[in-house]
Amino acid sequence: MSGPRVTALTKAMPQLLTLVLILFLNYLAFPGFFDIRLQDGRLFGSLIDVLNRGAPVIILAVGMTAVIASRGVDLSVGAVMAVSGAIAATMTVAGYPLPIVILATLGVGLLCGLWNGILVAYFDLQPIVATLILMVAGRGIAQLITEGSIVTFNEPGLIFFGTGSFAGVPMPILIALLLLIVAIAVVRRTALGLLIESIGINRSASNYAGLNSKLLLLVIYAFCGFCAALAGIIIAADIRGADANNAGLWLELDAILAVVVGGTSLFGGRFSILMSALGAVIIQAMNTGILLSGFPPEYNLILKALVIIVILLAQSFSSAGGWAFVKAEFGTKGRKSQ
Amino acid sequence: MTEHPSLLAVEGICKSFIGFKALDSVDFAVRPGEIHALLGENGAGKSTLIKVLTGVHQPDSGVIKIDGQPVSVRDTQHAQNLGIGTVYQEVNLLPDMSVADNLFIGRQPMRFGFVNRKLMEKSARELLTQYDLHLDVSSDLSRYSVAVQQLVAIARAVDMSGRVLILDEPTASLDRHETEILFAILRKLRSRGLGIVFITHFLDQVYEICDRVTVLRNGKLAGSALTTELPKIELVSLMLGRTLAVATHNTRRDRPAPEIRQFSFKGLGRSRSIAPFDLDIGEGEVVGMAGLLGSGRTETAKVLFGIDAADTGQIHIDGDPVLIRTPQDAVACGFGLCPEDRKSDGIIGDLSVRENICLALQAHRGWFNRLSTHEQTVLADKFVKAFDIRTTDIEKPVKFLSGGNQQKVILARWLATNPRLLILDEPTRGIDVGAHAEIIALIHQLCDDGMALLVISSEIDEIVAYSSRVVVLRDRAHRGEISGDDIVPANIMRMIAAEPERASA
Repeated sequence: MSGPRVTALTKAMPQLLTLVLILFLNYLAFPGFFDIRLQDGRLFGSLIDVLNRGAPVIILAVGMTAVIASRGVDLSVGAVMAVSGAIAATMTVAGYPLPIVILATLGVGLLCGLWNGILVAYFDLQPIVATLILMVAGRGIAQLITEGSIVTFNEPGLIFFGTGSFAGVPMPILIALLLLIVAIAVVRRTALGLLIESIGINRSASNYAGLNSKLLLLVIYAFCGFCAALAGIIIAADIRGADANNAGLWLELDAILAVVVGGTSLFGGRFSILMSALGAVIIQAMNTGILLSGFPPEYNLILKALVIIVILLAQSFSSAGGWAFVKAEFGTKGRKSQ
Repeated sequence: MTEHPSLLAVEGICKSFIGFKALDSVDFAVRPGEIHALLGENGAGKSTLIKVLTGVHQPDSGVIKIDGQPVSVRDTQHAQNLGIGTVYQEVNLLPDMSVADNLFIGRQPMRFGFVNRKLMEKSARELLTQYDLHLDVSSDLSRYSVAVQQLVAIARAVDMSGRVLILDEPTASLDRHETEILFAILRKLRSRGLGIVFITHFLDQVYEICDRVTVLRNGKLAGSALTTELPKIELVSLMLGRTLAVATHNTRRDRPAPEIRQFSFKGLGRSRSIAPFDLDIGEGEVVGMAGLLGSGRTETAKVLFGIDAADTGQIHIDGDPVLIRTPQDAVACGFGLCPEDRKSDGIIGDLSVRENICLALQAHRGWFNRLSTHEQTVLADKFVKAFDIRTTDIEKPVKFLSGGNQQKVILARWLATNPRLLILDEPTRGIDVGAHAEIIALIHQLCDDGMALLVISSEIDEIVAYSSRVVVLRDRAHRGEISGDDIVPANIMRMIAAEPERASA
């Protein structure tokens, strides 16, 4: 937290190097990759595109980071995106005003998260099982809302969230950036960051220390649901419709991947929201790069897997205590011989 | 001993783990047709001895003999073939499979390459009839109580091994009636000539069912005798490593009894955990809590602190009724608890010394009232200095500290909240001599400063040294209280060993 900045930067090295490497490869495959131009008051270019397309996963990763830091996982975020997209689309078509639509959609996301949180915190279900329920049921609910069809809309206000821009910056990027800033500020300016890490590392000991871990878990999962709804709105606004079957499909896995690539352990504990966002950008940069290079998209998944293996191996040595372990070992040996 | 050839015997068994001698030339022998109690406090070496007998660990030196013939037990499978069957405390059966499956898994009768269920269920019924158990052998084991599951595990072990049966705390989760049923079956097996090793913490049960008792302490053989020839008080002194003859030369400090006892617990209890008890503690006094492991000491602490909510009783603080259902309630009342199991309930291993020290205070202040990093550092520095916590710096993960220093960190965590009542559960267990003395000194000092303390300990001398009053527990109930000049080790031990009030059936 307030620890030396240098260590934070050293820890981020594997991810930063990976991102630079991927961006460089993208440049080799597509020399115009770094070109950015302003057109009709909006920024365009491949780099902007990476951030714009990556925004939903960045948003999901923010919520997912808190969940994973608490030693949980939320498999339902993709399905919650579908549900919230369906709600936003059908309500818009039904003629509700935009603010109501947005509030209702975010509220539904929050409720979905609360449901997960209740199962995990109060019924002690394993997070992977508890959220699997909504992962499966959520798509069904979304289909019920859209009555099985793709609900399209033409409400410019809602569409603005997907394709609009403010001061030249596309809305999805702006929303993701805003969420990042708020989330990081809240987590580090309040005690939440410390308390989340604490229950993630040792929930029993946290309870003994007088921490209300059940309530905290509930809030974490609710927040994750909220983030999923936000991402759901963006995706629906982008395609001007709600597709219950495909909206957010498999994105829960990308979100988990982003968090892990960002260096938060699936065993809970220390976390960094900013690093998760970096992880999401790395994933999107790969996706975009493969598309631009003209490789068949089939390679996408395999390349992704390769890059992830490299990052995780680098991390397991550096951040998960490789050097610290070596130091501790030599340190104790030195002391013992005295 | 030639007239009683041993069924299973070990002689001079030694077993070390890295830098730590778990068993130091231990002798132990089970004769046919005897129930042999194996006793010892935590870390005495009981489980290591069992693991050596069942082939989980290989001894460093010493011999294991079966019927007088030296054998080397290669692994658990081999131990079973040699006739040694074990039932662990955590019943290791498959709850979602049928009773018959559980009895015969790995050795099911086969026909045409398939399990012959009909034959298997028939054999299962026959087997269980020997134990007067009439179960639906085709239904899931999980449908039956823990006690029945335990009996099924015993039936399986006896059927497979059939000579020596090792039971690791079989009665820990059984109620009185279930224990009776278990004992009836053990008596039956004894009459069939089995040698039974019975590990328990309940001394009454030792005298109820066991023929012989062996006590281990710190990895060494403390003594072995026929139960009829060993009075309970001597058994307790064997376990605790003290004899009554040894004069006590502790530095007892007498404190005036407080005029008012601010903390009053009336009839507090929780079923299957601790019988209802009364307890009053005043500021400026230390109440010691003595009793063997499993006597209900930790259970008392958990109920007081709201870890396990009490299901009966009232709590009054300064005369006002309060409700403690959760640790948050307890902290709000000014309580603190240093738990017995430091690693799983105390430290947050990956967090720094600073964060660990600040955790309880932060949790109490609330999520949005963060202690600034500066405040945290000042607080942590203060306690690191005051308690001489040995760490290179306060940002070091607490898991890298030694046991004694971790204990000090947890003490600091609670003292940072300025508690009025501090509960310490085995504060000196597993820490080195230096830190031990420092923690005792700290208990004295906190008490002088006007804090109320409740200290649980297995070290009788220690309790005698700092307690204003001593509560003695036995069999999950508070059995009595000693105060003033009566606080001497002999009295405490006599009370721990006292006969149970109710006549056993």
